[in-house]
Amino acid sequence: MTEQQVVLVTGARKGIGRHLAEHFLAQGAVVEGCSRGEADWEAESFHYQRVDVADEKQVIDLVSSIRKRHGRLDVLINSAGVAVMNHALLTPGDTVSRIFDTNVRGTFLVSREAAKLMRRGRFGRIVNLGSVAGPMGIEGEAVYAASKDAIVSLTRSLAGEFAQFGITCNVVAPTPIETDLIRGVPKEKIQAIVDRLAIRRLGRFEDVSNVVDFFVKPESDYITGQVVYLGGV
Amino acid sequence: MPSIESVRDLLLKCLQEADPPPPGPVDTETVLLGKSSHFDSLGLVNYIVDVEQALEDELGIAVTLADERAMSQTRSPFRTVQSLTDYIMTLATADDGADTP
Repeated sequence: MTEQQVVLVTGARKGIGRHLAEHFLAQGAVVEGCSRGEADWEAESFHYQRVDVADEKQVIDLVSSIRKRHGRLDVLINSAGVAVMNHALLTPGDTVSRIFDTNVRGTFLVSREAAKLMRRGRFGRIVNLGSVAGPMGIEGEAVYAASKDAIVSLTRSLAGEFAQFGITCNVVAPTPIETDLIRGVPKEKIQAIVDRLAIRRLGRFEDVSNVVDFFVKPESDYITGQVVYLGGV
Repeated sequence: MPSIESVRDLLLKCLQEADPPPPGPVDTETVLLGKSSHFDSLGLVNYIVDVEQALEDELGIAVTLADERAMSQTRSPFRTVQSLTDYIMTLATADDGADTP
């Protein structure tokens, strides 16, 4: 069995997922990463696989391979996500399915398989990525916001079901951060969101990892089913 | 494909190592589900996951036991060791067929 902490980060190829993968690597963890595309970065103690988190078989195989390689899993960061900014009247049904498949179904499937492995060590930390889009009711993000609020509901229920295994399950909900996810969004729209925050600036990766650090530390074993919205939403 | 005996023996081994352990000897008629089972609902969940992982580790069968088929059957395949053995053999056979070119 691997002696170091083993962390699985979905959506590790870029954005918040990549930042968190590098963050855990810097702390000496072994990091398993996945995304749908080819990785364009590598590091010692980082193992990457191409996985579509909405594909049940691929998720089962992913966690099975971690079990065989390490015999343990301590932390799961469900960072894989897709977003589309579009007026509701111009949003196709297939887009709704695609967003919910990755954001909700994917988060559920990876959490389920991860918890099976975490259960062995009677310890686990699951951190899901939410968004301020839900509570802020951002126009053009109806489906994305709904999927992220679904992740909050999912997390609260999983927190109850997984508590008996020593697994906590929480959500960090970032404000817009300079990632690919918002690259296509007009600057004035982003600024309008920032203007509605108590702290009027774009988010930083460090804002996210700060909350993640709090959720995953062993002393946070009495913190579960919680959501931390960044920026003062 | 694994033999029915190897699957049955694995189920009995997992049962003997389960938490909570069974109160007495176990055999193929040992009840896993319902009032006559020594498991509460969480005990059964743990047992099913233990069996899934042991099937993969020891017999090389990767199956999800709580799948749509299992959940939709009128008579649950999780009733007894025997019914679960039979169900796993059905899944393993289906998987074998799917892999055949």
